[in-house]
Amino acid sequence: MKFLRSSLTSALFVALVTLPEMAHAAAKAAANVVIVADTRRLDGIMLWWAQMYNDSHAYFTILTIAIIPLIGVVFGLLADLVMNHIGIDLKHRDAAE
Amino acid sequence: MDWLYILMPISGVTIFWPGLIILGVGVGIIGGFFGMGGAWMVTPGLNILGFPMAFAIGTDIAHMAGKSLISTMRHGKFGNVDYKLGLIMLGGTVLGFEVGAQIVMLLERIGNVEKVVRWIYVILLFFIAWMVFHDVAAHRRKVRDAAARGEELDKNATGVNWASRLHAIKIPPMMHFTAAGIYCSMWLPVLVSFLTGVLAGILGIGGGLIRMPALIYMIGCPTHVAVGTDLFEVMLSGLYGAASYTFKGRTELVAAIIMLVGAACGAQVGAVATKYIKGYGIRIAFGLCVIGCMLSVILKLVQPYVPEYAWLLNSMATVLVLGFVSAISLYITVCMVQGARREIANKRQAANQ
Repeated sequence: MKFLRSSLTSALFVALVTLPEMAHAAAKAAANVVIVADTRRLDGIMLWWAQMYNDSHAYFTILTIAIIPLIGVVFGLLADLVMNHIGIDLKHRDAAE
Repeated sequence: MDWLYILMPISGVTIFWPGLIILGVGVGIIGGFFGMGGAWMVTPGLNILGFPMAFAIGTDIAHMAGKSLISTMRHGKFGNVDYKLGLIMLGGTVLGFEVGAQIVMLLERIGNVEKVVRWIYVILLFFIAWMVFHDVAAHRRKVRDAAARGEELDKNATGVNWASRLHAIKIPPMMHFTAAGIYCSMWLPVLVSFLTGVLAGILGIGGGLIRMPALIYMIGCPTHVAVGTDLFEVMLSGLYGAASYTFKGRTELVAAIIMLVGAACGAQVGAVATKYIKGYGIRIAFGLCVIGCMLSVILKLVQPYVPEYAWLLNSMATVLVLGFVSAISLYITVCMVQGARREIANKRQAANQ
């Protein structure tokens, strides 16, 4: 615990000493950039997707947030089927450090 | 060979899609095994494949949410997820993350904070690596001492037990976390998650790399439960992060889905491998991962001091991260395959008797 305390104190000291020296450079203001998807080279579902992005970020977000967990669950269940088929027990494990 | 490349509809860049799958497999294995999102591996990986940095971060977070969901489902079935603990910690993490982000904005008003953040990152990674290997050494000493007495060390015994001192601070309300087997003040996980959240917010990372060891050493979770519970939190915070980045228009869902194909397989391998590897095996591999991450950050930090070798140091940092990811993924996969083979052979043997 003594070493832990001294390590933490040293880390804090180094951070406090080096921080002002490093933080003096002037910050550049970020430019306001509007990103628009270029739909000229797209067709089919990709075109629809890019158009939705251009039309409404809100719909785009809602659909993305719905699709990601759905795909996660589908892939998870598929993997369950494969592993069960192989014969791996997916419900029990021996807890040990 | 045009079929190996795909045009991303939002960012407009053409990407080598098998690279996305390979990256997904690697980070899926490591994430499922260690209980973290793995942004420190994926974001530079996506950047190398050709994504602009803003899209690399957003796409990484989106795929992370899906991948963590798959791993959480698996760990949940093994009983490795303490949902109550995860939900309590989520509040502290989100609050801490916002405080950390505000600190960064405050520092940005003073000047360039990138170097400061990287130095803090190195110090933190050094501290985590020291903690892990100090614990491993203490555990080995206990095993040796027990063997010298002709006894066998309890299978759940750990090298260091700092958490028990924190458990002794009994500020109400006291809570029992069943899966983790902990009885402590509710404020302990709240405070720990707040502090790890602040650090994650300052460093601009998901936080799994910090939270997983914090769950073990400060809250006192068994290694497997720390992995599962952290993944549960990564899943929830990943969804929040994905929503935030997507609303800002910085997520490439097509890339995230392609990565998820690889990550789904990888996450299963990583999560199932924890069944065959004991807690200290996970801790040692995690410690090595932290060292790899720390070395790559140091290589980036020294670049401004030797600008003539910047290209070399940058390449070395990339090779180091990808090398570590490949080596540890391979180790986990081999352990998983060997364990599964043993299990299936034992089952067949039992069925034949």
